[in-house]
Amino acid sequence: MTATVERRAAAATGVVVGSWRAVSLRLEGQWTWYRRHWTASLLSSGLQPVLFLAAMGLGFGSQVRPGPLTGGAPYLAYVAPTVLVSGLITIAVAEAGLPILSGFKWKRDYWAVASSPISPGQLFAAELVWITARLTLGAVLYLAVTALLGGWTNPGALLVAPIAVLAGAACATPVMAFAATTKGDGHVFAAVNRFVVMPMTLFAGTFFPVDRLPVPVRPLAWISPLWHGNELARGVALGGVRLWPALGHLAVLLGVLGLGLAVGRRCFRRRLVV
Amino acid sequence: MRSQVRSPIISGSGLVKRFAGFEAVRGIDFQVRPGEAFGFLGPNGAGKSSTMRMVSCMSPRSGGDLRVLGMDPDTHGPAIRARIGVVPQQDNLDSELTVRQNLHVYGRYFGLTRKQVRAKAVELIDFARLTDRADDDVEPLSGGMKRRLTIARALVNDPEVLLLDEPTTGLDPQARHLLWEKLFALKQSGVTLIITTHYMDEAEQLCDRLVVMDGGKIAAEGSPAELIARHATREVLELRFAPGEQHAAVDAVRDLAERVEVLPDRLLLYTTDGDAATTRAHDRGVRPTSTLVRRSTLEDVFLRLTGRTLVD
Repeated sequence: MTATVERRAAAATGVVVGSWRAVSLRLEGQWTWYRRHWTASLLSSGLQPVLFLAAMGLGFGSQVRPGPLTGGAPYLAYVAPTVLVSGLITIAVAEAGLPILSGFKWKRDYWAVASSPISPGQLFAAELVWITARLTLGAVLYLAVTALLGGWTNPGALLVAPIAVLAGAACATPVMAFAATTKGDGHVFAAVNRFVVMPMTLFAGTFFPVDRLPVPVRPLAWISPLWHGNELARGVALGGVRLWPALGHLAVLLGVLGLGLAVGRRCFRRRLVV
Repeated sequence: MRSQVRSPIISGSGLVKRFAGFEAVRGIDFQVRPGEAFGFLGPNGAGKSSTMRMVSCMSPRSGGDLRVLGMDPDTHGPAIRARIGVVPQQDNLDSELTVRQNLHVYGRYFGLTRKQVRAKAVELIDFARLTDRADDDVEPLSGGMKRRLTIARALVNDPEVLLLDEPTTGLDPQARHLLWEKLFALKQSGVTLIITTHYMDEAEQLCDRLVVMDGGKIAAEGSPAELIARHATREVLELRFAPGEQHAAVDAVRDLAERVEVLPDRLLLYTTDGDAATTRAHDRGVRPTSTLVRRSTLEDVFLRLTGRTLVD
């Protein structure tokens, strides 16, 4: 005998929302988390570029005279834009690595989202927007602190923030995609930091021009997104940016971002819909 | 209008799920009616969870047909997920949020307004008996509390169908009974329950109908009572011996039961009258260390259909 109970309760109250709304709802969830943990998050990531600027721009920079190497600018002004770009890329790669893997593997909250009407692609977009929002907050803080320190010599410096955020987001997307395909414990992200991010930070024109590198090594700097971000940011901050090279650098960053978006979205779906 | 529909709320036909080089679900047919509690039973690797994931629109089918709430999960996944609740095998609460925040955040994913989720959270916290811990972090909660919260969270959208994948695995008896109570209450309110479980007593308690899966196929289907009637005898006589001595008694009792099963320390005689079989065994000189006559259970059916071999 099969007992079937006539449904007395009303129909389900859940609805499918549009993509933008879905992304905003996930961001709202992240914001709930951030309100409880913002101090640790801001200290660990948002202030990192400021500390770097203090060490390199003010500390080390006090030993460097303006000259042809710095385009005649004080060393603080020379590294202020590129320290932000490299700092945001470092933060973006860190945020796109283990925390994303954790969503699949340890915290597992992505699986909870996947059982709601929000799609894996919308989840991916929301996570990227969330990383980008925190990069933007860090960039704004950095812009203000650097202004107080006298690190900006040109109104174009205001464009450094969006350029640095774009470079960070562009580097975040492929790492997010990689995290979505990682099955192990994430030790690989330490290697990414050690063998990709750190050399890129040191040799892609953040602290000195790439033409100081040995000729055979220079292409390695040129293919890094950081170099393109650095060239663009330094160009607008110090003035004298040329249109076509600038468009080229922008196209590379947008290209990396676009490719990362396409692959990342696909990887999120492949991990969550099996 | 949906509530009056008596046609299946979920139906699968020739349903197949393949992973690389492996067929987890091998062409199963099943129907779940509105308001019933339906169980998927089976050993590890039987295909239960794969089936559940297909029904919850988190895993596309590899073949066959599937309809959930009258829709195709391949094309209407989000619309179906908006109307169902999913309780996964492994809790996936946000451990860095409070109990209440978990419900708020999750409810918003279903498009509920802030006012709706606030009210719903109060109701569900009460349902999960977590009122005292409502504003505590999830991390330090006990396993039973987390499980209740996971179930409560799956109810945030007032689902028409609730899918529970091994809902009480790892819980102590008190927590299990409390959860059963909650699931009974949900069933009474008209929610259709789909449950996978390893626990036969749980299946007997909760399920109106169930299927036993083995090797990706359905081995049997029916109500617990029907399955027991079909695949087991009314009673089971257990004759317990010192380990090893049971073999000598097999021939003496073989014709006293429909089926005799030899275990390391006992013989199980599947019979309609356990007491009569006990007397006759004694008359034939069989002297076990102890005897027990019990009613057949779903576990007897399960073991008969899926075997006693350990599956990892």
